[in-house]
Amino acid sequence: MALDRITLSRFRNHADTALDDTRRFNLLVGENGAGKTNVLEAISLLAPGRGLRRAALADLPSQSGGGGFTVGASLAQAEGEPVRLGTFVRADLPGRRKVRVNGAEASAASLGEWLAIGWLTPAMDRLFADSAGARRRFVDRMTLALEPGHARHAARYEGALRERNRLLGDEREPDPAWLDGIEVQLAEHGAELAQARLRTIARLSDALAAVPDEPFARPLLAIEPGGPADEAALATALREGRRADRRAGRTLTGPHRDELLVTMAGKSMPAAECSTGEQKAMLIAITLAHAELAAQGRPGLLLLDEVAAHLDPVRRAALFERLREGAAQVWLTGTEMTPFAEIAEEAAVWRVREGAVERV
Amino acid sequence: MASQEIEKLAGALAQLPGLGPRSARRAVLWLVKHRGKALPQLLEALGAVQDRLVECEICGNVDTRNPCGICADPRRDAKSICVVEDVSDLWALDRARLFTGRYHVLGGKLSALEGVRPEDLAIDTLLGRVAPKDGEGGVDEVVLAMNATLEGQTTAHYIAERLEEFPVRITQLAHGLPVGGELDYLDEGTLAQALRARRPVG
Repeated sequence: MALDRITLSRFRNHADTALDDTRRFNLLVGENGAGKTNVLEAISLLAPGRGLRRAALADLPSQSGGGGFTVGASLAQAEGEPVRLGTFVRADLPGRRKVRVNGAEASAASLGEWLAIGWLTPAMDRLFADSAGARRRFVDRMTLALEPGHARHAARYEGALRERNRLLGDEREPDPAWLDGIEVQLAEHGAELAQARLRTIARLSDALAAVPDEPFARPLLAIEPGGPADEAALATALREGRRADRRAGRTLTGPHRDELLVTMAGKSMPAAECSTGEQKAMLIAITLAHAELAAQGRPGLLLLDEVAAHLDPVRRAALFERLREGAAQVWLTGTEMTPFAEIAEEAAVWRVREGAVERV
Repeated sequence: MASQEIEKLAGALAQLPGLGPRSARRAVLWLVKHRGKALPQLLEALGAVQDRLVECEICGNVDTRNPCGICADPRRDAKSICVVEDVSDLWALDRARLFTGRYHVLGGKLSALEGVRPEDLAIDTLLGRVAPKDGEGGVDEVVLAMNATLEGQTTAHYIAERLEEFPVRITQLAHGLPVGGELDYLDEGTLAQALRARRPVG
């Protein structure tokens, strides 16, 4: 079960692009700026959310297209006719992304019932060197795909945290009963947030444990907690921390200070100190493991933008081997064919140039 | 181009919640068209409200009497008070005609970010109503009917804590399944809340 008959109309630099007869491996080759990632982005919009660039809707239509765009694809079914999925923005309603399933209007959320799309982009390469906040967002995005309720707890927690910090930063001594009221909610949603992150990391760790250390770098994941994950314990920690927090001008305890720790198995080296290629390999391993968890019986799709570039031939071969073993349809991009020699035979290959594709 | 007077009316109507400039102009045109009957009716209604509108000194409801119709109604249970954020919440609850006690309007909700402090809300007057007077118990039950938002719930916790010193039962509106709701269509947050607040049957 995979996507086929993919069409992009007036999307970014693609005026009118069609990709037919897709296979398990699909490869887009072309120079920088040719429009390879734009194809992946278009496909990523067949999932709820803002796609793999997290772009604003206004940035998606092609500059000459008058403000609207259309993306469509057919999803093969085990039995019967394929399902036609489409998403579009009308030029006269530029702020609204619409979704159609088999011609009938549907919600963006309903796309998630048909397929699960995971992706890895070069923008994520800095993850291990980036701030702790960026890694928390990474964990939260993965958690959200496994537990939809996560977003609500995160939003409530953030809101309560801002309230508490403002109250503690006040010149006047904060009203203890008011702090109690805020901390009840910080503890409730903070515990949910922290526990959901721990569950995600535990499930990913289980999945990654089955992967050998070599040749593909295997990451070990852990959360260094920013506070107790138990609701009552977090409430106590917050209450006891009031004086110190007031001096610091912010809340020093809680899941907003969680840190994702990643080390490379075998070498026991923190990910941030590993080579670029090893970091990439670990990111890929996490992405693949998460994609399998998130698919939950749905057909899976993996969009891997420029993944081969940083990998040596042995790791590349291991990656292709793992992708072959998995269930997901895979979309890859690259500037040249050479790194993909091993899958060239079995892959559907398109050459991308100035917003147009040509089957090789 | 409409005259200055008409523009002024449209401008005033545009400020109303849910209207905006386009709907306001439509409303003005309608009034102009029906100026024989609708305009005097509206004028009279507005005038009556302006002349007689008062805030109830007991509960904070708006009415044309003080105390308001609810506080003055002897059939209503004075020993039971339902606390709400705003008058709109009071009206919403009273439309349902299920609550037989009286109300207390806070006039907002606690928000550190927006600078709304306990002293900005009608909390002291609530404590005054609940406090036992001359050896006689003032109120038996306080129902906290705040919105299920972050600030609403903070306010509910705050008031519950301030009421702890009084011998009064404090309850809160349940959060969860809407009436006629189908589980399949509910969001996870509502489902989780409903599960958390489950209760024994029979």
